[in-house]
Amino acid sequence: MKSGSNLEKVMNAGHFAVTAECGPPRGADADIVRKKAAFVKGNVDACNVTDNQTSVVRMSSLAGCLLVKESGTEPLIQMVVRDRNRIALQSDLLGAAAMGVRNLLCLSGDHQKFGDDPQAKNVFDIDSIQLIDMVRRMRDDGIFPSGKKLEGKPEFFIGCAVNPFADPYEIRVPRFKLKVQAGADFVQTQCIYNMDKFKQYMEDAKKEGLHESCKILAGVTPLKSAGMAKFMKKFVAGMDIPDEVIKRIGDEPKEKQAEKGIEMCVEQIQELKEIEGIAGVHVMAIEWEEKLEKIIGDAGLLPRPIVA
Amino acid sequence: MITGTPKPIQEVLEMLEPYSRVVVAGCFGCVTVCRVGGEKEVQVLSSSLRLAREAKGNKLEIKEVCLERQCDPEYLDQLRPYVADYDAVLSIACGAGIQFVAEKYPTTPVLPGINTGFLGVAERQGEWAERCQGCGDCVLHLTGGICPVSRCAKSLFHGPCGGSAKGICEVSPDVACGWQLIIDRLKALNQMDNYGKLIPYKGWSTSRDGGPRRIIREDMTL
Repeated sequence: MKSGSNLEKVMNAGHFAVTAECGPPRGADADIVRKKAAFVKGNVDACNVTDNQTSVVRMSSLAGCLLVKESGTEPLIQMVVRDRNRIALQSDLLGAAAMGVRNLLCLSGDHQKFGDDPQAKNVFDIDSIQLIDMVRRMRDDGIFPSGKKLEGKPEFFIGCAVNPFADPYEIRVPRFKLKVQAGADFVQTQCIYNMDKFKQYMEDAKKEGLHESCKILAGVTPLKSAGMAKFMKKFVAGMDIPDEVIKRIGDEPKEKQAEKGIEMCVEQIQELKEIEGIAGVHVMAIEWEEKLEKIIGDAGLLPRPIVA
Repeated sequence: MITGTPKPIQEVLEMLEPYSRVVVAGCFGCVTVCRVGGEKEVQVLSSSLRLAREAKGNKLEIKEVCLERQCDPEYLDQLRPYVADYDAVLSIACGAGIQFVAEKYPTTPVLPGINTGFLGVAERQGEWAERCQGCGDCVLHLTGGICPVSRCAKSLFHGPCGGSAKGICEVSPDVACGWQLIIDRLKALNQMDNYGKLIPYKGWSTSRDGGPRRIIREDMTL
């Protein structure tokens, strides 16, 4: 056991894991996080708290994690290298570990151009793969990258993200492999809509044995409407939504599209459960956390296992 | 070469408002090549400034000069005869040149006539593109001769990130994904093995983060 986190225990015990995410608010209102946390409680093994996603300023991920933890759900802190140099990264990691956060997702972060402060100066001192390597060394070797000894190792279950649908495809599995080599224990994938392409990706990842050295959580996002699907396809870089998916939800009358989106998401989870090497699912119900219980329940993943 | 763009004429006029006699100083170095601060630009800018000031009834006397380089002390001496007679120098060299003039003539106001850009190349007539951030620690041997620091919007060392689509970077449809270029090049060179390596954290002390940088070549000093 590397971290002793609930998420790690659940997957080590061979259960199909479930994670979801809570986006912290654009302000200091803790009740918004508490309300979201209530939707995930009992439905997930751990809950991601995003880190200024799409470069929009939000309550810090660490503060969000503590609120989620207080609410009775295990948090998973997301950390991007866009906003912090290696000094701040190390410091925040130690702070999170000290506060009992045991799961970490290492990300590069969206470019600041997409947020409210496109003129901000970004950092990118180290990249996400180097961050994984840094945390692994801090946890396993008890040393800072500087070589100095730590007073207490941060026990993290170290995660990374992969996007099987970004270009160029031939680098996608090698890049995943690099993340695993650097020390990733688990991965959460970008939202999957193109199941054929994802299955190919899994085949290629399995050839490298990555499913054996890294727990793979497949990412899903329920579509609320055909409009949302079209928007994501057009404007979100690296998002692959096949036309037949858009047609299927678009064929429903407008008022029934949300329901259809949930049904499609549940079907997807069922299909993902059948793929060898998939250890769980990461449900990103963006600003739709109230539907998590239905999605996860309908997918036959409730109640969540309790692992000592 | 170091690139630049002219400052808006209105901004320059505002800067020159308090002065009636100025030296407009160009540079035959990089800025001449990228057609921002050379001899011709000195003439054109000076004419525009004279006309604009004349129209306001506030005449401006200009001495037009163009130095071999504004970043070498030996050429800066060429400005000495004019500096004493004029109120200010408007330099249209790069930021380094402008500052060196200011350093050399401490009691003369030295004003920037251009905005200095990046270390780049002329991709085609009238179009310049960044190639280098001068970080002082090249990794081009690992990346097929394409710099991840300057060509990737996030300066990633193990890219491409999830925002790369059809060879285009997520920040703009006009920006090529630097890592797609690197991968294409590594494939062409049969050097894809280079991609599988973990590159150590970059030492930025050779970049701006070590403070103002200095190169001392003992073999060249007098």
